[in-house]
Amino acid sequence: MTTRLARARQFGTVIGLLVLSAVLWALSPHFLTVANLLNIAQQTTINAVVAVGMTYVILSGGIDLSVGSIVALSGVALGAALQSGQALPVALVVALGVGVACGLVNGAIVSWGRLPPFIVTLGMMSIARGMALLFTEGRPVSGFDEGFRSLATGRVGFIPVPVIITGVVYVIAHVVLTKTTFGRYVYAIGGNEEATRLSGVSIGFHKTMIYAVSGLMSAVAAIMLTARLNSAQPIAGMMYELDAIAATVIGGTSLMGGEGSLGGTLVGALIMGVLRNGLNLLGVSSFLQQIVIGAVIIGAVLVDTWLKPRAGRG
Amino acid sequence: MRGIRKAFPGVIALDGVDLALRAGEVHVLLGENGAGKSTLMKVLSGAYQKDAGEILLNGRPVEINGPRDALALGIRIIYQELNLVPHLSVAENIFLGSAPTRWGGIIDWRRLYANAGQLLGDLGMEFSPQTPLRALSLAQRQMVEIAKSLARNASVLVMDEPTSALTSREVDQLFTLVQRLTSRGVAVVYITHRLDEVYRIGHRVTVLRDGRHVATTTLDQVSIPDLVRMMANRDVGEHFPKVRTAPGVELLRVERLRRRGVLDDVSFALRAGEVLGIGGLLGAGRTELARVIAGADRPDSGRVLVDGKPVSLTGPAAAIRHGIGLLPEERKAQGFVGGFTISRNIALPHGRRLGHGGFLPGGCEERLADPIVKELRIKGTASQPVKLLSGGNQQKVVLAKWLAGDAKIFIFDEPTRGVDVGAKVEIYNLMNRLTAAGAGIIMISSELPELLGMSDRILVMHHGRIAAEIDAAQASQERVLSAALGLAG
Repeated sequence: MTTRLARARQFGTVIGLLVLSAVLWALSPHFLTVANLLNIAQQTTINAVVAVGMTYVILSGGIDLSVGSIVALSGVALGAALQSGQALPVALVVALGVGVACGLVNGAIVSWGRLPPFIVTLGMMSIARGMALLFTEGRPVSGFDEGFRSLATGRVGFIPVPVIITGVVYVIAHVVLTKTTFGRYVYAIGGNEEATRLSGVSIGFHKTMIYAVSGLMSAVAAIMLTARLNSAQPIAGMMYELDAIAATVIGGTSLMGGEGSLGGTLVGALIMGVLRNGLNLLGVSSFLQQIVIGAVIIGAVLVDTWLKPRAGRG
Repeated sequence: MRGIRKAFPGVIALDGVDLALRAGEVHVLLGENGAGKSTLMKVLSGAYQKDAGEILLNGRPVEINGPRDALALGIRIIYQELNLVPHLSVAENIFLGSAPTRWGGIIDWRRLYANAGQLLGDLGMEFSPQTPLRALSLAQRQMVEIAKSLARNASVLVMDEPTSALTSREVDQLFTLVQRLTSRGVAVVYITHRLDEVYRIGHRVTVLRDGRHVATTTLDQVSIPDLVRMMANRDVGEHFPKVRTAPGVELLRVERLRRRGVLDDVSFALRAGEVLGIGGLLGAGRTELARVIAGADRPDSGRVLVDGKPVSLTGPAAAIRHGIGLLPEERKAQGFVGGFTISRNIALPHGRRLGHGGFLPGGCEERLADPIVKELRIKGTASQPVKLLSGGNQQKVVLAKWLAGDAKIFIFDEPTRGVDVGAKVEIYNLMNRLTAAGAGIIMISSELPELLGMSDRILVMHHGRIAAEIDAAQASQERVLSAALGLAG
């Protein structure tokens, strides 16, 4: 939303990111180097892309717990297609198709089965994971040619390819969200589903598309992950749903739907990336890192709740 | 209760109301929708805080600052939606939260069932205390609720339309029970819209109108027509700027609409230039009718014709395509997206038309909305979310959604509820402009003066049926109210 409040909120997130960066810069000489910043960008890409789909879903008032499993399933479909000798474009289309299909199933059941998204996507989380394991018999699919791996390792100028992919994804997703009727309906459905329905908008169709977008984003993340690891693993993407929800929520998107932005989500994903990177540089144990990240998530939402004017709610 | 006053933003719900209850009497509380009955009872039960006035119990002033205070004083309300747990037994429900216990916390089941059994026996109820509540009929559940209040030594019992869902045999049982209660010295406040019941059960009656006390009298001194007159004779202080337009062609015809439990064989026609008022009590099926015509709900049978041709209203989108625009009753929940700006709300139903291949050209929503915003004089800035506007401006935004399209059949469900006086007049003027331009308006209203002042013709609904059709020229508040109450009108 382009309301003043939402802008102030987003501004706050950016300030949070800058303060965090300043602290880490002061504490570690390695933080503010080009190499490290590119490193952060690269490590943030996958969560950032998954979080795009999550932002669409949460803006519409839903939730998608199946994104991590869809990353795994799309990844192994991609790996299998590549290993069976399919051309790269064909394999990519297969991966994206698998992701979109999972999302369509999620959205169709949420819309026409009238089930809570939490339940439907929880089921899909298990189903997609199970399919990935069954399909590969639990073994990773590894070893791809250089052309494919360049999707992770390549650079254009000095910018890593995954960062470029992520940038393109954000630009397109942002334009769709702010400049199209579909994007308008995403906000409207999350803001007031009944009023939107009474305005003649097909809720079922648009919700299904929203979950399909989420599936598509998981598939894009799967491509980047598989290329980076040079291996498609059926156990990949564990807990990705939580990272994506965290990035979305830290970025100021309301879990109630209707309010938030992709810019916020990108900053949210960067905060998580910077935090992880910084804590690593400082030699903080990974156990302690989890505690810090959890505290940041709660803190961000707490600040949100305080900032929201009581009278303006609903 | 003496001189009770309660104001909400923009409306005085109770203005110096008195109500005296005697032990062992059934005191009937009568009044139209919005007369202040519920508000008064909510003040008594502590759900609302009164602004002025005092409440005395047995002659002593008492402070009721919340539901707990009222309970402690023995004041109990039985709402239409019962507060019972379906999965527990009758006895557990009766003693919920106050079950007899042993050894600090273990429920003494034997005593629980014995106490409950005795209470049920005293009240003449024939089911066992072990029965699970969900096995009981609605009437029996109501009796359990009454027993529950007695178990807590209620001295004042308020019953809010207890018979609205009961069969006549169940009503008899309930009335027998009420008599047992009064013989125990309980004072019963009985709220109803069924005037025939009033004489069967009541001793005295108090009539409220527009938040004011009209009369309190014993029932042997008044007749049903007297009561209707007392309820209906509201001050028509407001001036209605009604402009009559000669009715034109038939725009909409509804034939034999049925929807289980809410609509029963509803047929009528709406002509161009006409305001068709729909009156009736809450729950008479007015809003349900509006929703069916607007495509929000499907009818079980019957058909809708627009411009003489049968149309299939498969959803709101289909209704909008046929030029039907709904101003829903629950503005906030159904009318607009609170976080959206004025322009975005107005453009919401028109996305398909505005979009070019799905893309919204920059500023297209504002270009659509701005002239209408100006015309309706909607006050608000371009970036302000609609949830921060006043009720009147919000209502205008919902209206503007349909004005921006080519709607010619408007359904206004309580168009001026929660709207200040100035905005009310603007909405009435707008209705005149719409009918002058050849639109047809269906106006559902619980405000009798508004219904009489703005309609050309009035349909009165009662229990999902059209109970009367009255030409506005011959309509009076009494006639409309009699029909709404199900009396021969």
